[in-house]
Amino acid sequence: MATVIDPIVAHAVQSPHLNIKDRLRDWIPRLVLAPSFALILIFVYGFNLWTLVISFTNSKAFTNFNFIGWANYAKLWSWTFQTDPPSNWYTALVNMVLFGGLYVVFCLVLGLALAILLDQKIRGEGILRPLYLYPLALSFIVTGTAWKLLLDPGIGLEKAVHDLGWTSFHFDWVVDPRMMIYCVAIAGIWQTSGFVMAMFLAALRGIDSEILKAAQIDGASAYATYRRIIIPIMRPVFMSALIILTHMAIKSYDLVLSVTGKNPGGAAELPSTFMYSYTFTRNQMGVGSASAVVMLMTIAAIMVPYLYSELREKP
Amino acid sequence: MTVAADALMAAPPRKLTRHSMTTRAVIYGLLIVFAIVYLMPLVVMVMTSLKPLQEITGGNMFYLPHDLTFEPWKKAWGTACVGLTCAGIKGYVWNSVRMVIPAVLVSSLLGALNGYVLTKWRFPGHKLVFGMMLFACFIPFQSVLIPMATILGKLGGIGQTLIDATGYSFGFGDPTVNLVLVHVVYGLGFTTLFFRNYYETFPTELVRAAQIDGAGFFQIFRRILLPNSAPIFIVTVIYQFTNIWNDFLFGSTFAAGDSSPMTVALYNIVNTSTGVIEYNVNMAAAIIAAAPTLVVYVLAGRYFVRGLMAGAVKG
Repeated sequence: MATVIDPIVAHAVQSPHLNIKDRLRDWIPRLVLAPSFALILIFVYGFNLWTLVISFTNSKAFTNFNFIGWANYAKLWSWTFQTDPPSNWYTALVNMVLFGGLYVVFCLVLGLALAILLDQKIRGEGILRPLYLYPLALSFIVTGTAWKLLLDPGIGLEKAVHDLGWTSFHFDWVVDPRMMIYCVAIAGIWQTSGFVMAMFLAALRGIDSEILKAAQIDGASAYATYRRIIIPIMRPVFMSALIILTHMAIKSYDLVLSVTGKNPGGAAELPSTFMYSYTFTRNQMGVGSASAVVMLMTIAAIMVPYLYSELREKP
Repeated sequence: MTVAADALMAAPPRKLTRHSMTTRAVIYGLLIVFAIVYLMPLVVMVMTSLKPLQEITGGNMFYLPHDLTFEPWKKAWGTACVGLTCAGIKGYVWNSVRMVIPAVLVSSLLGALNGYVLTKWRFPGHKLVFGMMLFACFIPFQSVLIPMATILGKLGGIGQTLIDATGYSFGFGDPTVNLVLVHVVYGLGFTTLFFRNYYETFPTELVRAAQIDGAGFFQIFRRILLPNSAPIFIVTVIYQFTNIWNDFLFGSTFAAGDSSPMTVALYNIVNTSTGVIEYNVNMAAAIIAAAPTLVVYVLAGRYFVRGLMAGAVKG
């Protein structure tokens, strides 16, 4: 039956004499997509452009359009090198490198280690695996609250170690302005390493077992198999994880505030908190928006090539 | 990636080199140590929330509660002070619920329609449209905060005019409505990504056959795609629910005071500068804030992980 109808319909669709109803029907898909795309165009691209425009004005507590050229960026640039006393922007950049570096490296290392360990024909994997993953379901505010308590020298880890008898043990990073950022990294690693583990584990399970069998027959040790075959095959996943983690590190905001308790004195400043405080509490919206543009550009430099390559792979 | 994620969850461990007993003992030992480290913050939170305050400040946080008490939970729920009002967090839980349900439903449904158009009704430039929507997932939200605040302020102005004219604001300027709008807009990229990748594998022949039989755009969606979309709907709803429930940046920027969502209220309870720090009440509030997403994780971990993976890597 379908074969009979087919040519007729095909003819109707191709006919140049379409009436209004048919033409409308052809446009329905685009009309359905249009509202979403319009929202994205306005709220993402339009707003980013708007922020870019504001970054060239001397907006204070409210937006204005007194253009002052690159002055806000020049300010950020000079602050980048103002180390004594450190400017907030300098602190934010140093912390970004410290936090971002530790967060990315430890998440990758722990994630890979857990994935490899879990991939050894483990009994009870179904029980263990969810335990590494559940922190991902938590809000960063909850994570921060938990770690702030855990690391509190008065009642937390330090106190517990003292109770064990090691009374000279000292661990007060969470209340030490110079060390706070490391506590943020610890909490972040705890929260996200399970995610990296899941990515690596999925990749490990996706490897063709024939290759591994061949390696085994050739007498390769488990270590050599991982070192020479499995890890190289996983390079794309490694790249994905690296990019996702870097982008998450740059966007970190809630975690800093909750682990440090409102980021006292700006000691754990990151570009994200810098932007927020300059825009909404210090009434320097021009500088705040310039820092937002810097963040956006950094993320775009990482994500655009990644998304481009991800989209290009498929026809 | 969904296939790989399923392989991960199904866990058919591959046969690798046989390990000696000691190697296996080391592997299990490491896995169990890691599991304990990952579990510890949650366990400490729960135990702390069940202890009276002097047992926390005087005792060891890793000991089981000696005088078990549920008072902190009652206080966190009903009488704890958030800012200046002391009515507990129950109102804020309700704020979050009212925000999260419409935001999740609307963004998921729009994502389904977008994914349907972008796979089954392709038009020239569909890839660019998708790429632009995808990039929206990864922008740092700092770069849209200022314009968003301006626009939401304008909406509030319209609401005030409407109240003056008709006595009713029609939702304009309502903080919850604002947050729903924000979360729908910035969730669209991810929901579209999920449905697009899912429908990509859905046989296009079925859609074409239905078209030939005279079914229209919406009819095909409702009769053919929707009945087969249950898994991806679950994944998307869980992903959106987790993200929106856990959001802090938008909540703290656009919904201050009594209308703020749960995460913001928790942050304010924990970081209050007045009075004694009630660790037990803080932890009870944190667990209440974490409970909905944790319950979802426990009940539907498989779909939760799938969403995470799909959000990180294109399928």
